[in-house]
Amino acid sequence: MLDEPLLPEGVQRCSPARFLVWITLLVAVVIWGAVAAFLIFGWGLGVTGLNNYFGFGLWITFDLAVIALGAGAFFSGFLKYILGIDELKNIINLAVIVGFLCYSGAMMLLVLDIGQPLRAWFGYWHANVHSMLTEVIFCITCYLIVLTIEFIPIILENRQIHKISLFRNLAHNFHIVMPLFAAVGTFLSFFHQGSLGGMYGVLFGRPFALREGFFIWPWTFFLFILSAIASGPVFTMLISRLMESFTRRSLVPYSTKELLGKISGFLLCIYLFFKFLDTWAWATGVLPRSGFSFEEMFNQVYGQWLLWLELGLCGVVPAIMLVVPTLRSRPGLLYAASFLTCAGVVVNRFVFTVQTLAIPVMPFDQWYTYIPNWTEWATSAMVVSYSAIVVSLAHRYLPLFPKERQLNA
Amino acid sequence: MSESMQIHEHFQIKWGMVIDVDKCTGCGACQVACQAENNIPPSQQSFDRLRSVHWLYVYKLENGRPYPESDIAYLPRPCMQCGNPSCASVCPVIATTKDEEGGIVSQIYPRCIGCRYCMAACPYHSRVFNWFDPVWPKGMEKTLTPYVSVRPRGVVEKCTFCHHRFQLAKRRARAEGRDPHHLKEDEYIPACAEACPTGAIAFGDLHNPEHKVHQLSRSEHAFRILERLGTEPQVYYLSRRPWVRRQGDNYVQKDQQRGE
Repeated sequence: MLDEPLLPEGVQRCSPARFLVWITLLVAVVIWGAVAAFLIFGWGLGVTGLNNYFGFGLWITFDLAVIALGAGAFFSGFLKYILGIDELKNIINLAVIVGFLCYSGAMMLLVLDIGQPLRAWFGYWHANVHSMLTEVIFCITCYLIVLTIEFIPIILENRQIHKISLFRNLAHNFHIVMPLFAAVGTFLSFFHQGSLGGMYGVLFGRPFALREGFFIWPWTFFLFILSAIASGPVFTMLISRLMESFTRRSLVPYSTKELLGKISGFLLCIYLFFKFLDTWAWATGVLPRSGFSFEEMFNQVYGQWLLWLELGLCGVVPAIMLVVPTLRSRPGLLYAASFLTCAGVVVNRFVFTVQTLAIPVMPFDQWYTYIPNWTEWATSAMVVSYSAIVVSLAHRYLPLFPKERQLNA
Repeated sequence: MSESMQIHEHFQIKWGMVIDVDKCTGCGACQVACQAENNIPPSQQSFDRLRSVHWLYVYKLENGRPYPESDIAYLPRPCMQCGNPSCASVCPVIATTKDEEGGIVSQIYPRCIGCRYCMAACPYHSRVFNWFDPVWPKGMEKTLTPYVSVRPRGVVEKCTFCHHRFQLAKRRARAEGRDPHHLKEDEYIPACAEACPTGAIAFGDLHNPEHKVHQLSRSEHAFRILERLGTEPQVYYLSRRPWVRRQGDNYVQKDQQRGE
């Protein structure tokens, strides 16, 4: 193989030609997104499907969803380095890369989403300490730096790079200080996951999102943290499963996947307990005080089915499947439950972003429906494609999975 | 709403509007005056209210009853200049504030990053985004108001109660040796109030008993939109028709007070 010297030792990879075809397909999607991005930067956000009612749309939903699902990085790091669950070493490298891609991808879309991207640094310079979004800006940029630092030693593990003593020593030292970065990452992540939820909970002009809370933090602050740490680990596990089906090789032991499923399952149960309480308190407290009934929060498009989909099919059902050992021991059920858990978080982020804005708050106003257009889909696909390219390259050239050789022997 | 969500500034002067819905014919003169005064560019999307730039929008209200009891009303909606603005506290870059004497919520265009969080926060839809670059047909740039900055694409804007007119009125008062914080009735009025042919829009200092809005805002027929949310708007509406007042807010079955 042409790139044989770059591949990790003792593993099999597809032919360079096949790999090139795969990467070319992904690059084509990136180009499609780049064309859309060019139009957006060139002509303005008017070329998207966003409008004065839906200032937030697909991009913000995508950002919130991938940031929640990317929580696998910090939470796996926390479990491995701080709580010492050694089994997670089998997947920790992938968790870091997935986290890095989720956050860097979200950043790319945010650059497109804000009307004045060249002023993005104002978030630091003119920071409004009262705004949850300020905290998000600070935290996600800092955390992306932490993820980059965590990603570097994984790159330095490449067979050729590792031969250079400077990089070998650097990688070694990075590994020594990794628990420190895991702790910093955990601290930062807890806050911005929470602040993303807080962003909605403080909207006292929007009864659908408004929540009471503790001190300055609305309940959504805590619920967003819980839902992120419940879905993040299984999302990382699903990515590893996806890689296994693409490469037709075993990469992560099933015991590790089951452990991640178990962790997610228990966290999902805790999340759902508080989420049901929150929904009840919102429906019987916040809404009537604002002059709304529960039924008025839904219409034919944004119906109650979304709530039951989120809490039932993508909440209670996967929680049961993940906590019952006999169920999660069956691969099909474990993966299905993991998928439903992730889907539930996406639905949650979607309703908080879009349904919040669709509901007419003024009695003489009307419902509107948001439909993203191709520029938003193309740029979102671009980010997914960029992530797939990085994961493909990382899998091909870096020793991501310590058990790969053993599992495929 | 928790205490932490509230931002209260107390001002000596509180500029406010009292709009008599029963006098409004829905002619749209206020909208046109606002557009011309505040350099809002014409656009091909002007007829799409979800995409057009407008600082003041006239809503049509209906009582929903069959003929002959059917009734309609028109309700002009500028920025409410809320006493407790939902938009200001959420802005990550302090591009919108309520900190100037008079209580007008500012919008600082050169600082706005265009994140649109303020638009999500405002339940009145008073805030609009510049989706494209502003373009004035050749010659039309000569009609621009010199005291109002034009806005680039990618920033949020909203009604400012024609803040430049407030500045001009204060400057005039200073030049005449008068206290700029004690402006006379009608010495400062926004373009919409000036243009209204039926006199439906009254404007003045809500704290000043010499200004008619002071009295009008205390009328038994006065109401504010979405008062229950705690935004404390500085724009009041008047209507002698109970169904119109009822549409100022939301009520559930068990509510005793229903806006009548």
